[in-house]
Amino acid sequence: MPKTNLTEQKISSYSLPTEASWAIKSRKSALNWLETTGLPNRRDEYWKNTDPSYFNTIKKPERNKIDYVENSIFENIDRINIVFEDGYFNASKSDELLLKGIEIDTISVANQKDNHWSANYFGVLEKSSQVPVERTLASLNTAFAVEGLAIRITDKIDKPISITYLHSNDTSDVLIHHVIKIEKNASVTILESGGVASRSNCLMEVFVCENAEFDHVRVQGRSHEKIAVTHLFANLLKDSSMKSFTLTVNGKSIRNEYVVDINGENSKAHLGGAAVGDRGFSQDDTIFVSHNNPNCESRQVFKKVLRNGAKGVFQGKILVKDGAQKTDGYQISQGLMLDDDSSFLAKPELEIYADDVICSHGSTCGEIDNAALFYLTSRGIPMAEAQDMLVLAFLNDAIEEISDESIRTIIGSRLKDWMVKRHKS
Amino acid sequence: MLYINNLNVELEDEKKKILNGVNLDINAGEVHAIMGPNGSGKSTLSYVLSGKDGYRVTEGSATFEGREILELSPDERASLGLFLAFQYPVEIPGVGNMTFLRTALNSQRKSRGVEELSAAEFLKIVREKAKKLKIDAEMLKRPVNVGFSGGEKKRNEILQMAMLEPKMCILDETDSGLDVDAMKLVAEGVNALRSKDRSFLVITHYQRLLDHIVPDVVHIMADGKIIKSGGADLALEVENNGYSDLLAEYN
Repeated sequence: MPKTNLTEQKISSYSLPTEASWAIKSRKSALNWLETTGLPNRRDEYWKNTDPSYFNTIKKPERNKIDYVENSIFENIDRINIVFEDGYFNASKSDELLLKGIEIDTISVANQKDNHWSANYFGVLEKSSQVPVERTLASLNTAFAVEGLAIRITDKIDKPISITYLHSNDTSDVLIHHVIKIEKNASVTILESGGVASRSNCLMEVFVCENAEFDHVRVQGRSHEKIAVTHLFANLLKDSSMKSFTLTVNGKSIRNEYVVDINGENSKAHLGGAAVGDRGFSQDDTIFVSHNNPNCESRQVFKKVLRNGAKGVFQGKILVKDGAQKTDGYQISQGLMLDDDSSFLAKPELEIYADDVICSHGSTCGEIDNAALFYLTSRGIPMAEAQDMLVLAFLNDAIEEISDESIRTIIGSRLKDWMVKRHKS
Repeated sequence: MLYINNLNVELEDEKKKILNGVNLDINAGEVHAIMGPNGSGKSTLSYVLSGKDGYRVTEGSATFEGREILELSPDERASLGLFLAFQYPVEIPGVGNMTFLRTALNSQRKSRGVEELSAAEFLKIVREKAKKLKIDAEMLKRPVNVGFSGGEKKRNEILQMAMLEPKMCILDETDSGLDVDAMKLVAEGVNALRSKDRSFLVITHYQRLLDHIVPDVVHIMADGKIIKSGGADLALEVENNGYSDLLAEYN
């Protein structure tokens, strides 16, 4: 892809921060990749179904209307709360960051320090994930993001760390970069919720060490105007596990990319997502899971409910490298269309170089089951409510991917509330 | 209670006529049985009465408790007290059986202006009724009909009937796919619900079920209409001689 004018314009709208030499080096490397490779465009294989111009343009995004009224969906959970407001870390609204088993710094602090632990991790997974598919919106993030957290977990942490992104009614356009390292035998749950900004580009690099566990649940804000691109890069060492679930309701264009590298035996990576959208909604999950070692398991369970001309995109790949025997890979993507105007575009892929593996992938696209609808209504359940029950039932498989029951319940009831509100509006 | 007058129905898509002037009066407390060969329109009658899509009523009426029901939505009919026990109960993955039952019961109560049942009250009643039908807690927890055997599905239908306490119960081939013991259990469930205020319309191919649920009136349906009505012994006649004599008589 040639360097374009657009890329130059975008780059010139940011400036590189002055930081420790390691940070400058990482940022320059990302910038160099972005300059030579250019921002994504519609001719790129993995951008055929989602218009990248929402993310590429330097034009100010529109104001988002709904998000600010939303407190964190997780506010009733006992948690460590960290607040970002319009993309900036807000210390006064956040809980104390000095905790046993947890080291947290903002990246603006971490990247100033000559020998911060994150020096060997910042931008590393982003960089290694640029091949075979370029992800230059992530390079842009590594080059210029000055907000975000560097979190190091050294113990089993019971309380979830909840990152709340408050967003006021403005036209913020932000980059956030988190680096998370979960040390050997440690575990943590990270919750993310809120609208972030009118337009956001959020990136998370996660290093899951031996026998460590990473649990991640993310709820993207409810605004219809929001534009968001996210990247979750994860590296798993042996006997480790990760689970990540994302709920997306509404938005103009949301693209969630996942790159998971399984680099040790007996590790597990489960990714799940539920998306619900109305008119003008475009939501894209682009996933790349790489099995590099034997005896590992991966799951991708993604469900989308679309109505009034909404669009859902799923591009999911499982790569099983030579020698990754006994891999158990599973992938399902399903679109439920509530009318004829909506569309679900799916590109499920398997690439397998080992001969003793179980890998399955499926993708379906359908409408509400009329027989089930009649069954429910014939028992006295009104049509709208019966339809909601079936929509929730459809999403249930994805929600089941969340391991914590109380969080699962919160997500389920949020979806229910949303549907009831929809009927009233 | 239910009065069907000259009901004519065709399939919406194919313009194929299925019911050709059905007349049927069911009074409160009565049990009526409809028998008839395959394709005679028995199941269609049950679907049209409960409001399934895909049928067009070209003539006639059906009044239930004094109200014309053919224009009502399925949930409105259910709230008035109409219940269809399905021949093939639908599996609904992702919807818990208990959630479904409670939502149904409370929707009906709401529409009748009766206070909704709390989770605890509901649980107590459903456990009691499920026990009588040998439905265990595990079955109640599972998604609606998913992984249920044929017998379990039919018992689940009767449980719904027992919970919703409808005034008019239509049983569409509830005996199909049941072994003798399962049929007895289902029949006991139905008989326990018989009362002077509740009527039944039992659709079946075989007389067997009617040994257990003894009807007041038996109707023979053929070619989309009722060709003969009689007492319980009419069912025996069909069992012994088949439909051919009755059909010959009709033609």
